Amino acid sequence: MKLSRTAAIFIRQIFLISSNPSRLVSIFMWLIIDVVQWGFISRYLSSLGSDTFSFITVILGAVILWEFMSRIQQGILMGFMEDIWTQNLINLFASPLKIKEYLTGLVMTSFTTGIISFLIMALLAGAIFGYNILRIGLLIIPFMAILLIFGISMGILVITMIFKFGPTAEWLGWPVPLVLSLFSGVFFPISTLPEWMGIFAMIIPPSYIFEALRAIITTGSYDYSIMQRLTISAFLSVIYTIATSILFLHVYKKNLEKGNIARFNAEAL
Amino acid sequence: MDRDKVLTLKDLTKEYDSFKAVDHVSFFIAPGEIVGLLGPNGAGKTTTINMILGIVKPTSGTIEILGRDTKDCYPEINSMINFAAVYAHMPANLTVRQNLYVFGLLYGIKKAKRRVEELLFDFELEKFADRKTGLLSSGEQSRLQLTKALINQPELLLLDEPTASLDPAVSRLIRRKIVSYAKEHNIGILWTSHNMQEIEAVCHKVLFLSHGRILLEGNPRTMPAEYKKKDLEELFIAIAREPLIFGNQ
Repeated sequence: MKLSRTAAIFIRQIFLISSNPSRLVSIFMWLIIDVVQWGFISRYLSSLGSDTFSFITVILGAVILWEFMSRIQQGILMGFMEDIWTQNLINLFASPLKIKEYLTGLVMTSFTTGIISFLIMALLAGAIFGYNILRIGLLIIPFMAILLIFGISMGILVITMIFKFGPTAEWLGWPVPLVLSLFSGVFFPISTLPEWMGIFAMIIPPSYIFEALRAIITTGSYDYSIMQRLTISAFLSVIYTIATSILFLHVYKKNLEKGNIARFNAEAL
Repeated sequence: MDRDKVLTLKDLTKEYDSFKAVDHVSFFIAPGEIVGLLGPNGAGKTTTINMILGIVKPTSGTIEILGRDTKDCYPEINSMINFAAVYAHMPANLTVRQNLYVFGLLYGIKKAKRRVEELLFDFELEKFADRKTGLLSSGEQSRLQLTKALINQPELLLLDEPTASLDPAVSRLIRRKIVSYAKEHNIGILWTSHNMQEIEAVCHKVLFLSHGRILLEGNPRTMPAEYKKKDLEELFIAIAREPLIFGNQ
């Protein structure tokens, strides 16, 4: 791995984002709307009366963490799509750039935009709703780390699908966070789900994070089950990342054999 | 290791299912030599170039660049080569300077910023440096592609129709730039074009490709007479129409 080549991918994305205000808006506007909307919904629910349960604390915290993960996944997808839209893949892969360096560059970009998004959301939630994301304490660090790893794995998964099925498979990538949110218990406990969905939720790492988050907020205690959930979630996220990376490399090699990278620009696949 | 040759292809073949896009192609390029790769559309020229660049994996055969078998050397070996192609656009949404800087980093250029400024000056692109690439004219974009192709001072340059769709004045300017660079740096060039006058003017050797196979090989200035044709264009048309006749020669 050579740092300059990874940096090239990162810098290219930063040039793109910084040179066009509409890109900045597309990255951050939806997050802001989400936080504000969920903040008001939570405030309304709280006003209906529950002295022992803070909707704002539970829902807004979950929204911020979920959007952070979604931003990571979509940041990788967006970076990859930029190279397809600008017909740049052939230039990149005909250079000394290694596929791992390319992936790392995309991850660096999405990590940067993800962290900035997180900070904006946290500040906004604090300013408007008086919500402090740090009230869950240092556990915010493993929570975010696990969601980061899982977001990376989902980002790699969707670009693998596009690499495999062609640029028109792009539409498969964008709704991934929405679909995953159903099984992740972001807005409601997993126990609310029907049994078959609950089983599926067990293999989705964020479901453990959000269950843990709810448990901490509602009970106010950090017991052994929290650590257990975090361990399972971290383990699953790492497995997903390794598996999707292997799959991506496999599809890349197949594309070299089929000559697809050279033809990718034409959307002929 | 054969360092006397910049590029050596031996029995290079690419099959897609039962279709042979490139069929046992063998040739070499010496330092300072410009080799023209000619053939009708679909003859296998671009597939050959893509295999040399490492973005299409050959079915069989070998590619040696500067004496190194490239089989396990991609993509590192690409730091010694570069390309410009009519279908490989530079990202339209970055400025000329940004694009060159990014490619400078990709090719591992030390002091990339300085190298970019040198190239902008050499290729008279300074006044466009901060303009979005997508806003350049075709001629300016071609010049930029060529600038990018020379950013790493390659020892082998692959040019796939570098002057396609350009007016004669810009074509001549680009040709001159390439030829003078090749002479100055003693690099090997593989050049595809459908402009026979261009090929005759710049290439030391031409290869006629049809249905993935090399049918003829020789000096572009003497070949037409050898095959009793008026010029290279007439020879090209004859080969494209009746490849089997030439294939048996």
